[in-house]
Amino acid sequence: MTEAMTETRTEGAPQAGSGTADIRPFRVNFPEADLAELRRRIKATKWPERETVADASQGVQLATTRALADYWATGYDWRKCEAKLNAVPNFMTEIDGLDIHFIHVRSRHENALPMIVTHGWPGSIIEQLKIIDPLTNPTAHGGSASDAFHLVIPSLPGYGFSGKPTAPGWNPVSIAKAWATLMQRLGYTKYVAQGGDWGNAISELMALQEPPGLLGIHTNMAATVPPDVSKALAVGGPPPAGLSPDEKHAWDQLDDFYKNGLGYALEMNNRPQTLYGIVDSPVGLAAWMIDHDIRSYQMIARAFEGKPEGLTQNDVLDNVTLYWLTNTAISSARLYWDTRHNLPAGGFFDVRGVKIPVAVSAFAEEIYQAPKRWAEKAYPKLIRYNKLDKGTHFAAWEQPELFVSEMRASFRSFRA
Amino acid sequence: MKLAAAFVCGLLLFSNPIHSQTEDRSIRPFKVHVPQAALDDLRRRIAATRWPDRETVADRSQGAQLAKLQELVRYWGSGYDWRKTEAKLNALPQFITTIDGVDIHFIHVRSRHPNALAVIITHGWPGSVIEQLKIIGPLTDPTAHGGSAGEAFDVVIPSVPGYGFSGRPAGTGWDPDRVARAWAELMKRLGYARYVAQGGDWGTPISSAMARQKAAGLLGLHINLPATLPPEVTAALAAGGPAPAGLSDKERAVFEALKTYGMKGSSAYFTMLTARPQTVGYGATDSPAGLAAWVLVHPGFSQWNYGADAGKLPTQDDVLDNITLYWLTNTATSAARLYWENGARGSVIAAIAQKTSEISLPVAITVFPEDVYRAPETWARRAYPNLSYFHEVDKGGHFAAWEQPELFAAELRAAFKSLRPVH
Repeated sequence: MTEAMTETRTEGAPQAGSGTADIRPFRVNFPEADLAELRRRIKATKWPERETVADASQGVQLATTRALADYWATGYDWRKCEAKLNAVPNFMTEIDGLDIHFIHVRSRHENALPMIVTHGWPGSIIEQLKIIDPLTNPTAHGGSASDAFHLVIPSLPGYGFSGKPTAPGWNPVSIAKAWATLMQRLGYTKYVAQGGDWGNAISELMALQEPPGLLGIHTNMAATVPPDVSKALAVGGPPPAGLSPDEKHAWDQLDDFYKNGLGYALEMNNRPQTLYGIVDSPVGLAAWMIDHDIRSYQMIARAFEGKPEGLTQNDVLDNVTLYWLTNTAISSARLYWDTRHNLPAGGFFDVRGVKIPVAVSAFAEEIYQAPKRWAEKAYPKLIRYNKLDKGTHFAAWEQPELFVSEMRASFRSFRA
Repeated sequence: MKLAAAFVCGLLLFSNPIHSQTEDRSIRPFKVHVPQAALDDLRRRIAATRWPDRETVADRSQGAQLAKLQELVRYWGSGYDWRKTEAKLNALPQFITTIDGVDIHFIHVRSRHPNALAVIITHGWPGSVIEQLKIIGPLTDPTAHGGSAGEAFDVVIPSVPGYGFSGRPAGTGWDPDRVARAWAELMKRLGYARYVAQGGDWGTPISSAMARQKAAGLLGLHINLPATLPPEVTAALAAGGPAPAGLSDKERAVFEALKTYGMKGSSAYFTMLTARPQTVGYGATDSPAGLAAWVLVHPGFSQWNYGADAGKLPTQDDVLDNITLYWLTNTATSAARLYWENGARGSVIAAIAQKTSEISLPVAITVFPEDVYRAPETWARRAYPNLSYFHEVDKGGHFAAWEQPELFAAELRAAFKSLRPVH
């Protein structure tokens, strides 16, 4: 976090770079001028013409971005989101020279299981807000006291309110180590980790590093693709022989993603700094962010057509506005670059060799729905596998109730 | 062709391509005059640019470096003068004619020498007719540039549909093959019974398609980004594998360079534009700095030093002329769609993808050493059945006409010498 941000956007936060293990309370409060400037820019958007097709095959459709911009500039209220964020305990602590922001909610139930939940791109801690109360206060949400979790929800380096790295080196390996430090600093000697997207990569890296106290992980975007399948995907097929129907379905999803959906990731893997346009243009940022994968895009586009299911317009704009106000479009994209340039090559969905216990929830419209047989091979200690009949990429955000019941069921065996 | 009354166009012209059942085949004079309000708005937006933090590396491997881009954009918003470019463009005879439902803008300069050979020169992305301005003099007036009257050209320099002052197609189908058919119609309308075609970047597939389509009167091609990759090399690169067996030292060096090019992420922009032109378009349309950075992501600019190398082309003004043209015509998105239209055909440098074996006309190639790859002659001979000229020159890169106009013009004279009809 830059000095300017510390001064203008937070209350009571001490100077960054103090080099201590202090944990400082943090509150969000953006100046009104930032919000007015955002609205001014949205209203002054210079638009391209409409796409030349009747579908989303050229990218985010003009009608969707227009509807999004109209609502963003006139109906949307960031202060409501800010109030939601400030209603939970937020903190800042410095790890390896970088300010790490996190939400930390302790359950009133003494034997609650601590869990660190990690978001991905184009996500943030906004994704996790809906699951906080059900997980920490289960008796008010159809669960029992023994289902309770203590929750730690950090912002990735370069994302949201965390600091922006000024040098290479912040990638899933170093972030996983930082998360272990964070849990230790919070005094948790036994805990679990959860994630999808980058959150999965980081949770799996933690699992590989086996920090003291990590009992197991849950993933909603499991990396289970076997080497022969990964190889075949890299050259555009054909699939290896002998795939089951579930595996063939996963192949089709992955093949489509690799052929038609990977552009944004390649761009951020290689030239994140080129994306000046999404730092300077709110609509450019929104379009870039909602075009993550075709299923979640379609779900978001429906929300702006007045047919919300999963995410609402406010959900989507809370997240995009957070990226805008913190000016983290490029710093967040650098996670791709850093991973691509500083870690050994390997597909995002390739088996990493996790040995500790893993639970998998395979949501229907995730980039690919991990088949059970692949999950069993990828994770020798697979403690639970469940296939869900709905949900896209943002499970906790879209399907909080399902997600919460998945957490309860997945980690039951770890409770004393 | 005489320049008749000035056709002064406002922004309306850019956004209203003419569609009609019975196509108006007239050729209308065209002049550029951008309303002052559009220039004021551009300056206002530049001044209000919101910047990211600095890249985390000391080189350009993460994309355009903040300090360099800020300096360029600062100059764009203060010292740069678009009106000078407008004057340069308007000093040339420009026209619009409607072909296949889309307004096609072109520069057309006839040589004063009789029997000049007509050449249609096609730009690519992120280029425009701005790239070709410096070669017009040397080609049409060779005696003033070290050539002889017998080496003169009439030049036709069109803006690709979706680019510059040409119309933006509202429907699909404007792939290189369709542009090629429009170019053949253009040359016919201009009355050229015999002519040649030239192109690099997208200009190569477009010119090559004209040859495959056997456009009436087309005598041959000169290309500076040829599609020469043999199938086994294309396959090895796609698989990220080792070099195929049996490559010569020179071929192996080119293979390794292309592999490095891929590993450095130099083609990521290509993948993104092919898949999601509209998504990229929003930020590049709304943000001048975003547009500039996106244009500069092209590997053709990987050695460009923001105009700091004295005497090296393109200058800072040249590059800003081109970026400003994209901005003022609001063509960042429409230009990107050419990649989407090319889509499944794939690589523009692979021989099979570009069906080079179907080209029976003479093909001349100049290899500029700093282009994205240096086609070896052996591959060029395999790819093009009728290779009439092959020359590797010692300087110049992807934007050859822009960077080395005199050398480029000399190459065209040499390349087409044998194709000039005997009068």
